[in-house]
Amino acid sequence: MTATETTTAPPPKYRDSRLRRVLAFARNTWRGLTSMRTALILLFLLALAAMPGTLLPQRPLNPPKTDQYIASHGWWGTLLDRLQFFNVYSSVWFSAIYLLLMVSLVGCLLPRTLEYYRSMRAKPVLTPRRLSRMPHFEQARLDRSSDEVFAAARARLKYWRTVERDEEDGTRSISAERGYLRETGNLLFHFSLLGLIVFFALGKLYSYEGQVIVQADGSEFCNSGILNYDSFTPGLRVDGTDLDPFCIKVNDMYAEYTAANEPIAYRSHIQYQSGADLQNNVWQPYLLEVNSPLRTAGDRVYLLGYGYSPTFTVTWPNGQKRSQTIQWATTDTTTELGEGATKFDPPGITDPMVRRTKELAVTGLLAPTPQVQNGILTSIAPELNHPMVAVDVMQGDLGLDSGQTQSIFSIDQTMVDDGRLKRVARENLAEGQSITLADGTKISFDGVQKWVSLQVSHDPTQVYVLVCAISMLVGLGASLLIKRRRVWIRVTPADGGGDGTVLQVGGLARTDQAGYGEEFNRIANELISGEKRKK
Amino acid sequence: MLVNETLSQYSDWSYTSATAIYVLALVFFLIEQAFGAKGRIAAERTRERARELVGAGGPPVSESESGTSSTTTSTASVPARGRYERIGRMGVALMVLGALLHFSALTLRGLATHRLPWGNMYEYIMAVTFIAVVAWLVVVKKFPVRHLSGFMLLPVVILMFIGGTLLYTVAAPVQPALQSYWLAIHVTAAIIASGIFMIPGVASIFYLFRTAHERNPEKFARFAPKLPPADVLDRVAYRATVLAFPLFTFGVLCGAIWAESAWGRFWGWDPKETTAFIAWVVYAAYLHSRHTAGWRGTRAAVINILGFAVMVFNLFFINLVTTGLHSYAGVG
Repeated sequence: MTATETTTAPPPKYRDSRLRRVLAFARNTWRGLTSMRTALILLFLLALAAMPGTLLPQRPLNPPKTDQYIASHGWWGTLLDRLQFFNVYSSVWFSAIYLLLMVSLVGCLLPRTLEYYRSMRAKPVLTPRRLSRMPHFEQARLDRSSDEVFAAARARLKYWRTVERDEEDGTRSISAERGYLRETGNLLFHFSLLGLIVFFALGKLYSYEGQVIVQADGSEFCNSGILNYDSFTPGLRVDGTDLDPFCIKVNDMYAEYTAANEPIAYRSHIQYQSGADLQNNVWQPYLLEVNSPLRTAGDRVYLLGYGYSPTFTVTWPNGQKRSQTIQWATTDTTTELGEGATKFDPPGITDPMVRRTKELAVTGLLAPTPQVQNGILTSIAPELNHPMVAVDVMQGDLGLDSGQTQSIFSIDQTMVDDGRLKRVARENLAEGQSITLADGTKISFDGVQKWVSLQVSHDPTQVYVLVCAISMLVGLGASLLIKRRRVWIRVTPADGGGDGTVLQVGGLARTDQAGYGEEFNRIANELISGEKRKK
Repeated sequence: MLVNETLSQYSDWSYTSATAIYVLALVFFLIEQAFGAKGRIAAERTRERARELVGAGGPPVSESESGTSSTTTSTASVPARGRYERIGRMGVALMVLGALLHFSALTLRGLATHRLPWGNMYEYIMAVTFIAVVAWLVVVKKFPVRHLSGFMLLPVVILMFIGGTLLYTVAAPVQPALQSYWLAIHVTAAIIASGIFMIPGVASIFYLFRTAHERNPEKFARFAPKLPPADVLDRVAYRATVLAFPLFTFGVLCGAIWAESAWGRFWGWDPKETTAFIAWVVYAAYLHSRHTAGWRGTRAAVINILGFAVMVFNLFFINLVTTGLHSYAGVG
């Protein structure tokens, strides 16, 4: 192709100069992109591209499930991962589609806005010469005078945009049009949609979300830095500084259940301070419930769930005591069976080598309403009713100073596999019971306390998204339910003089399938009969 | 907050009776469709129109709008075949009776549980099918499509059967996340929209049969001539969609507002949210296709059917197979 062009092409004339071709290409691309057909295809692509997100696990929603899926699907999973199928809504291809759609939308809206501006100033079109050609047409000979008929028609079309014109031989006509709000609504809908997408995107830049577990015993949490959170998901432009300052104190946590252990209500009495209250140290009370987040300082605080924290006290042979209340994870929300690890560093030992043989971890299960069968502890109800724990006491090197981060809910299994952490006891304990290890260390189970899991969310643009969504809905309603329609009236004095008048009424619906017939018939009948239809 | 077992039992009986009556009505409608005058009138009209089109040049006939006027003219030309007409009317009467029982099933369920009766999938399906039946009764009143009611009742009966057997859930209170007035607003909007969307879905399927037949008279030669004209079907589909689409948008919007206060974000690409978004985009495509050269008619009808397929997918697949925040199906 290129070879033939270079050898045989004559020197370019203006018509196909390079600049012109580039311009033509740009123009055609723009036209192609902004055509309705392209928009339709892009809409389909958008729908299609959103589909994998419902069928495949998504990393932002459920990371462990995603990893598990990839691992169990071999090269296929890896390929999908590389093609961003596990993060569809941030993927390059999904973004490309909606960006193209936005360009297409803008390209469609600009000329339409101009057209709209013109049409809003334009007068209704001339009455066609042959009204009988219109899809709706009625004709009648009336006994009243033409002035009377014309005045009646004018009164009937009071809420229409009308133009009256005199034609030859005393004939007069009214062109009327109505339903301009349809196009207004249509444009409103599309511009609001555009605004919604823009604010949604901005929200993704400036929002953040953090989760934290707080003991429900009057413990406090302050939104002063990301280190206070257990997990924190910042938007692209959030670096974790400058969070909106506020503090929360969690006083208690109640959960109500049906007889079948289905939850009915979760509520937690909290206190909070923000703004000037922070300086004055004033606490405001709030009842935190599902569906009723705390809104303060531009952030929202949600109650996600709760669980139990067992309190263990370790008394070392030298008489030193340490007591800890650490949250255990809820493994089953219907019975609130907890699982976790409470880790103890022996006090007063400075030699790291010695300490690494003396570290303790109390791991196992916590049953709020216990049932023990053949020595196996399970929970049969989520509420606290003489709770019990089934613990493995591990002693040795927990790996706390290995530099690796550890989950608060479990011990490092590799330490166990390496033989550096050994199980030294296994027992079921009720409240107040204790175990004494071979070296004389005593571990007692002192009781259980609740923790709550809170989420803090910040999204500065969500209120704008809401405003856009509402105006979108208003625009949509107007554009779908209002009909743009025209009606023309022509009044001609009857032949041969006299009082008679020939009235012609023609109608045209400008929107497809609008079902304009009934309204047209009503208008025509009223004009012909000369009386208002009683409602 | 105890569940009233007696009322719940009555609700179950109403539900079963409603389903049985719908089945009976379905049989009546099928008889009317198969032997009745309506079908034959429609067939007659098709032939007439073909003649008119051949003899073009005559006085222009205003056919685009008033399907009703042409029906009245043709009724005069065809001798009324009373028996099947009556059977069709009895079908409608049965359908109304079924709808009343259906309504009482919903009401009793609500009274039994002291909440709106759409807290799980069984109740949701019960409500959606009820809306579909009511919407169809309105359509029957406005358009000459009564003899097609059987085909409309078919998906209703199938859904109610699946709901009543596989998805049945014992009346119970709902979990804390659902205890909000948004349940009334969001789910009600979703139910009404889904129920109405069933109508354009069915009408568009008929539209495809009808237009396929019009392009090639040998196709569906026995079935398609009994269908109403393509433009009537198209209009039924369009009007129902135009009504349901803003309602659906409203439902999604309310869902977003509720999600903001229940789950901490207004939009999170939860499977249900995503599928609702997909359905929304598909129906938006349908509305656009009607203004696009080369996409009107058949393609628009296909898109509408696709939209309904996505709604069904959203109801069954998303509730039963995937796990998301909307997993309230109450099934295993």
